[in-house]
Amino acid sequence: MYSFEYKKVSSLEEAQQAFAASDDGSYLAGGMTLIPTLKQRLASPSDLIDLGGISDLSGINLKEGIVSIGATTCHADVAASPDVRKAIPALANLAAQIGDPQVRNRGTIGGSIANNDPAADYPAAIVGLDATVHTSKRSIAAAEFFSGLFETALEEGEIVTKVGFPIPEKAVYKKFPNPASRYAIVGVLVAKTVDGVRVAVTGAGPCVFRELAMEEALSSSLAVDAIKDVEVSNNGLNGDIHASPEYRAHLVEVMTRRAVDEIS
Amino acid sequence: MRKITVKINGEDLSGEVESRTLLVEFLRYTLGLTGTHVGCDTSQCGACTIHLNGAPIKSCTLLAVQADGQDVTTIEGVADGDTLHPMQEAFRDNHGLQCGFCTPGMVMTALGIVESHKGDALSEQTIRKELEGNLCRCTGYQGIVKAIAAGAKAMQGGV
Repeated sequence: MYSFEYKKVSSLEEAQQAFAASDDGSYLAGGMTLIPTLKQRLASPSDLIDLGGISDLSGINLKEGIVSIGATTCHADVAASPDVRKAIPALANLAAQIGDPQVRNRGTIGGSIANNDPAADYPAAIVGLDATVHTSKRSIAAAEFFSGLFETALEEGEIVTKVGFPIPEKAVYKKFPNPASRYAIVGVLVAKTVDGVRVAVTGAGPCVFRELAMEEALSSSLAVDAIKDVEVSNNGLNGDIHASPEYRAHLVEVMTRRAVDEIS
Repeated sequence: MRKITVKINGEDLSGEVESRTLLVEFLRYTLGLTGTHVGCDTSQCGACTIHLNGAPIKSCTLLAVQADGQDVTTIEGVADGDTLHPMQEAFRDNHGLQCGFCTPGMVMTALGIVESHKGDALSEQTIRKELEGNLCRCTGYQGIVKAIAAGAKAMQGGV
């Protein structure tokens, strides 16, 4: 790891000031991606600004049909939260499948979505449940937030503060994990909301996306039969030693069917 | 360099560290607490598992400065003097270790499993799932799973 200046801050203002004053600063939340990245010398920020001491960035509350999760809330807390388990069990299940128990005790929702790893789980929930990402500057709709491979709408120095999930009528997340890393080779979240059925796919492409043909087929009937003839194109999907684009396309179909089977 | 103070196994311990020093390096090289092992150094194997404010985490993936002022328990803080903790005793009784390298991490994770399932009976399936973050290169999982089940039972008062 290259050397850096470490700053622990206790407010958003202090964090943004420290960022602005740094040459090439980086925010640190749970560090479950950032610290391994630093160890491999794939990044060398001048300053690491630790958001872990900002107490009001952490916590979960349920109000007026929205489950709000503070940016530095760890995955284990989301998985165990009685509010989340009751209002959106699919979200608690998703959080319970990230990494391993030790990682879930450190990794945070804000860190996960700001990093936007193509195989991360949370993006499927943000897009599938049409959540709103709140930041130090503004509120960003799910459709606008994830913009590409490890890219988001976040501007330089902007900090995710919380994510608001509207409660769906029903939702299920189905994941085909890489057995070694637990990252999603393919993860599909199917949700029935007041505005219709949403199918969000992570792991398969460079960035989370909605499978519109599936959504259309499911909008008339939320049943496995409705999608049995829907084919998912492998065009633009990821291919690596773990799975080819063709295999990932097939997994999207299978995971969607499993999710729909459980939901209906 | 900066001075940090971490409450380790109930005692406030201080040392000078660089910003980039990992918690496991601080434990092993600054404080000489070598019970916590470094297996993979890539946050996969779990040999470096310690408790930070009561929750199991991988100390190879936390900066020592992040632990400043926090509460840490390492394997050295588990036994009561010469009397092994019931979970450690269970590992001995059930052949829960072969070479022993992964054992400190296994025991710290096992204590976390018991804590997070307080009041529930621990099924073999639950134990296996909760061990996702710990690897045993001797592949001695059968004994480890048996040990954790027995240790959990002993901790809840039944043997």
